[in-house]
Amino acid sequence: MIFEDEPVPGYPLPIRAGHTSPGRFERVLRAGHFAVTTELDPPDSADPEDVSRRAHVFDGYVDAINATDGSGANCHMSSMAVCALLTRVGYAPVMQISCRDKNRIAIQGDILGAAAMGVCNVLCLTGDGVQAGDHPQALPVFDLDSLTLLETARTLRDEHRFLSGRKITYAPRILLGAAENPFTQPIEWRAQRLAKKVAAGAQFIQTQWCYDLPMLRTFMGHVEELGLLDKVFILVGVGPLRSAKSAEWIRTHVPGVHIPDEVIKRLAGAADPAAEGRRLCIDLIQEIRTVKGVRGVHVMAYRQEHTVAEIIERSGVLDGRVPWYPGRDPQSNTNRMAS
Amino acid sequence: MNAFYRGFEAALVALHPLWKLIGYERLERPVETIERGVKGLLFDCRMCGQCILSSTGMSCPMNCPKNLRNGPCGGVRDNGHCEVHPEMKCVWVQAVAGATRIPGGMQALQGVQVAVDRRLQGKSSWLRVVRQRVGEAP
Repeated sequence: MIFEDEPVPGYPLPIRAGHTSPGRFERVLRAGHFAVTTELDPPDSADPEDVSRRAHVFDGYVDAINATDGSGANCHMSSMAVCALLTRVGYAPVMQISCRDKNRIAIQGDILGAAAMGVCNVLCLTGDGVQAGDHPQALPVFDLDSLTLLETARTLRDEHRFLSGRKITYAPRILLGAAENPFTQPIEWRAQRLAKKVAAGAQFIQTQWCYDLPMLRTFMGHVEELGLLDKVFILVGVGPLRSAKSAEWIRTHVPGVHIPDEVIKRLAGAADPAAEGRRLCIDLIQEIRTVKGVRGVHVMAYRQEHTVAEIIERSGVLDGRVPWYPGRDPQSNTNRMAS
Repeated sequence: MNAFYRGFEAALVALHPLWKLIGYERLERPVETIERGVKGLLFDCRMCGQCILSSTGMSCPMNCPKNLRNGPCGGVRDNGHCEVHPEMKCVWVQAVAGATRIPGGMQALQGVQVAVDRRLQGKSSWLRVVRQRVGEAP
């Protein structure tokens, strides 16, 4: 899919009326396509090739790639650097910002810097506690929370000023996202929390892994009752489980992940649990697509990133669409070199 | 508790002329000590100096290990306990439960709280509120 006003794919697009970013991801969402995003496992290295290789496995199957910010409170290459490497070759990254490691001074600087490097999407997160990761002795910052981070980013973008009030001469043109977990306590208040995030500036939402459709439907029902369906693009989190054992481990050890017993049973009873995990993921994607108000899926296939292309292909959710990736259109690439 | 707290606040505001006579600066230390004792006992107060208990179902959000003042994180356990301290009930699970018992409590939860001013840590929130109410911002 090439946009008609996109002479050089991968370069920033003209910003259309009602859009806040020059990014492809916002274009896809606002055009009404079922969007697919995924997560890049950031390398524990300083080799840029590691990032290219890890992005390359998604080519042709995803509209945007999330660059995680020390997810699980583990140390990796920074989301800012991963995004810089990705935008250099035209990918559409979603830069995750966690409030755990940086205060408001650092975060605002990062948002400006990221936008300057072509990042069009920012996901505002609170972040996991330091106890969850490999440096539990670190200082947890949490100067802002996900809501005040959203407000901060929106202030930079829409009011052209820092939180201090000082003016910005060129505002970051970004699409703002947030996370939501419909599957954990206090469950009855989760949709209201989403409403708060929308009020604070969230334009798209990526949810925690969904393995429980009835819970998702209930949540989306509440979201609809609150009148939010046309105010925010909701992408539901999905991911393949490797085995019953790993599913059991995840639900016990990863905070906020809810996996029903039936899912574990299905995996335990399968001859090839990993293949069954992928099948289950595909089934879920197809069901999730029919839930009213869901505008896409966010595939988090941690350490199974190579399975994302197959899962999306078999799910059929792209409807024949081929999201842009470097090298997709040889003709356009020639143009880029000439320009 | 919420009703009592509101009445208490009104009384404090009414006594503004007295506070002014004594001098807010001189009052800061003793009031801060009393506030710390009372709110510490009742709400496990952390003295952030910008109290929002009435907007959080009377559950002090600064007890959240992530200092979340706008709602729970996504890591709350199935039993409603904290991701960081598994033995502790989530501050926000308690906030939502508390808010349902207070008239207008659920509505109050929906307000988006601004970023905390870290300079006010350890200062009296009561005196600050009184001075704001009478239009004499500290």
